[in-house]
Amino acid sequence: MKRDIITSAIAIIVLTVLLGLVYPLLITGVGQVAFPGNANGQKIYVKGRLVGSKIIGQSFQKPVLDKNGKPKEEEEELVTEADPTYFQSRPSATEGGAYNAAASTFSNRGPNLKLTAEADEENIKAYLALEKPYDPGLTTAAIPVDAVTTSASNLDPHISQANAWIQAHRIAAVRHLTLGAVDGLISKYTTGRSLGFLGEPGVNVLQLNLALDRLTGGTH
Amino acid sequence: MSFAGWMTIVAFVVILTAVALPLGSYMAKVYAGERVFLTPILGGPERLLLRVLRADSDREQDWKAYAKSVLIFSLAGWLLLYLILRTQNAFFVPHRLNPLGYHSAPWNVTFNTVSSFVTNTNWQYYSGETTMTYFSQMLGLTVQNFLSAGVGIVVAVALIRGIIGRSGKGIGNFWVDIVRTILYVLLPISIIGAIFLVSQGVLQNFTTYLTAHTLTGLTQSVAMGPVGSQEAIKLLGTNGGGFFNVNSAHPFENPTAFTNLVEMLLVLIIPAALVFTYGRMTGNRRQGYAIYGTMMVMFLGAVVVAYIAEAHGSPAQHAAGLHTHVIAGSGGGNMEGKEQRFGIAGSALFDVVTTVTSCGAVNSALESYTGIGGAVPFANLSASEVIFGGVGTGLYSILLYVLLAVFIGGLMVGRTPEWLGKKLEAREIKLAGLAILITPLAALFSTAMAVATSGGRASISELGKGPQGFSETLYAYLSQSNNNGSAFAGYTGFIQPNAGNLGSHGVTFADILGGLVMLFARFGPIVFALAVAGALAGKRVTPAGLGTMRTDNPTFVILLIGVILLVGALTFFPALLLGPVVQGLTSNLY
Repeated sequence: MKRDIITSAIAIIVLTVLLGLVYPLLITGVGQVAFPGNANGQKIYVKGRLVGSKIIGQSFQKPVLDKNGKPKEEEEELVTEADPTYFQSRPSATEGGAYNAAASTFSNRGPNLKLTAEADEENIKAYLALEKPYDPGLTTAAIPVDAVTTSASNLDPHISQANAWIQAHRIAAVRHLTLGAVDGLISKYTTGRSLGFLGEPGVNVLQLNLALDRLTGGTH
Repeated sequence: MSFAGWMTIVAFVVILTAVALPLGSYMAKVYAGERVFLTPILGGPERLLLRVLRADSDREQDWKAYAKSVLIFSLAGWLLLYLILRTQNAFFVPHRLNPLGYHSAPWNVTFNTVSSFVTNTNWQYYSGETTMTYFSQMLGLTVQNFLSAGVGIVVAVALIRGIIGRSGKGIGNFWVDIVRTILYVLLPISIIGAIFLVSQGVLQNFTTYLTAHTLTGLTQSVAMGPVGSQEAIKLLGTNGGGFFNVNSAHPFENPTAFTNLVEMLLVLIIPAALVFTYGRMTGNRRQGYAIYGTMMVMFLGAVVVAYIAEAHGSPAQHAAGLHTHVIAGSGGGNMEGKEQRFGIAGSALFDVVTTVTSCGAVNSALESYTGIGGAVPFANLSASEVIFGGVGTGLYSILLYVLLAVFIGGLMVGRTPEWLGKKLEAREIKLAGLAILITPLAALFSTAMAVATSGGRASISELGKGPQGFSETLYAYLSQSNNNGSAFAGYTGFIQPNAGNLGSHGVTFADILGGLVMLFARFGPIVFALAVAGALAGKRVTPAGLGTMRTDNPTFVILLIGVILLVGALTFFPALLLGPVVQGLTSNLY
């Protein structure tokens, strides 16, 4: 008994140093030397300013301004609306505004809940309001599921191609581009299935929007 | 559903088997103390560690001594982890390891968290990036990720030694086994896994959270941290406690569909390999193949059901007017709570991989699964961790079921039951029966308490209406009693109003009940499994005769599956009917 207690105490301390200090520092060393970009979050800078991470989704809503030209707030959160000049990410329900990457969260919307159906309906309404003027044939049934549901992390950097193709009508009109040119950019920023069969193809929204800005100039 | 989706499942099973076979042989050699290819590198550190611990492989322990070492070692780990988590903001913690100045979570949440990590459960009421400092994640949680996994594995190895033991009462030396497990198995694979994950985009840094300025004039804060080193062992040790709140759904924990495949492999390789280790150690590899076959049949059944169920949308989506089938440029299906890069197949497979094992990592929101899709993790948990199961725990649990199946088979053919040449008697059957019953007992008793009291119902989320609320609660205690750790995450034991620890408080009822359930359902079966090892170790081996029931053929596989399903169904069916089954059968909205 006494022997076990002493051995346990020594073992826990020695192993904590080995597994809690030496091992993580070794991986950090290797990561920082061999893959500094990836180990540090694949940061994207534009003109020296940090715009975001390549693999973390972002909101492309813009602040709504009040009469005095100041950003409007409700319950200490910015009021935002979709910026029509950009492709829109999937809906996100993180605390403190959409796509808060310091507080990832599940939405936990159950399959049989009225609340879930209502949230879906609201997202569908917003999607149609934004896209239908540029794509008159668009119906609820034609909306891809990812466009109106929240992701697992609520930080999904991708949207489906179908979702992007619908939004392309709006982008082409607002930015005075041909639909073909926008669809070309979509293909360019689509990540295919890994190894050809793993997962689903997804369009990286941030990279796509950055490419649009490079092509026709940013709006901010 | 798509061809690519089915391909994913097939490829996964093929790669898993191809990796697990050699790893199983390797582990058999490690535990026999034979030379392996890593001995030239690790032999020195191994001898040094054993000398420091004054452990010697020649000094075998009987089951009681072995169990005592397991318990005291785990208790020591519990105490140190509690200390670390409660002092994460103390003066001696360098700023670099707590850049945001996080305070500790309250005592009740910490009790739950510590019990959770020491029992290999990794149930998390807290949210990683708003609660834990780099100091706690590294020196506290990462360490227990290794140690709790190690404890599971050595208990399985000790049980095998008992089963095959020819003389005396010794079932090995705990200290030697745990040192070898960490040095020869867990650490090398974690290092390779972590470096691979970082190369693909998993974070590994100590910088403070970033502030980005978005294209539309908003700011975005982005969490950072030493994620890769913890991620690798989180999966390899079937721990499952995410660095971030959303676990393997977070792009910084699981950036691509390729890392998703590798993460699933990391979860299953040790549980799968141990089955082959068992075959090798008994000297009859077919014994291992029979158990592998049993596990694989049940595993594939679960995967197929989950994939098909999730490829259809949910009643809520259909009520909103969405069509959820495959169209050009979209895989369709129930994408609520799923990531685009994984799609339905990558999410459903991950879900099954981590709920058959005790991993409990998630890459999609289980609470948003359809009724039937969500019933799959329920069913996996109801099978009490024997379909691969946790590292070690899966093997020792299924071996207890094998014992039960041999006993029932023996009764059916009217002969004294024999297993690998050893006669099974009342003592072993009683011990195995007790070990098997502890988990369901803990799960059902605690669920009943939680739904019958207002203290328990306080944890149900506001979205937990109708059967969803019962599902959440049942899943919470089923997951904790199986030491799994996955969640229908609406169920809460920690209220964080300001997305942090300031002003937060725990839900004492859920925290303490859950913590006790995890400890009871982890160490109870461990003690009984070791007692079975002790009971079998000294028995004489008689050569197999004509009438001996074989335990390495398809007939036995069917019998074993039958016993597992029967025990699981008899204990959990009524409870499952009230939650997920109702949700799967109705298109009503609540």
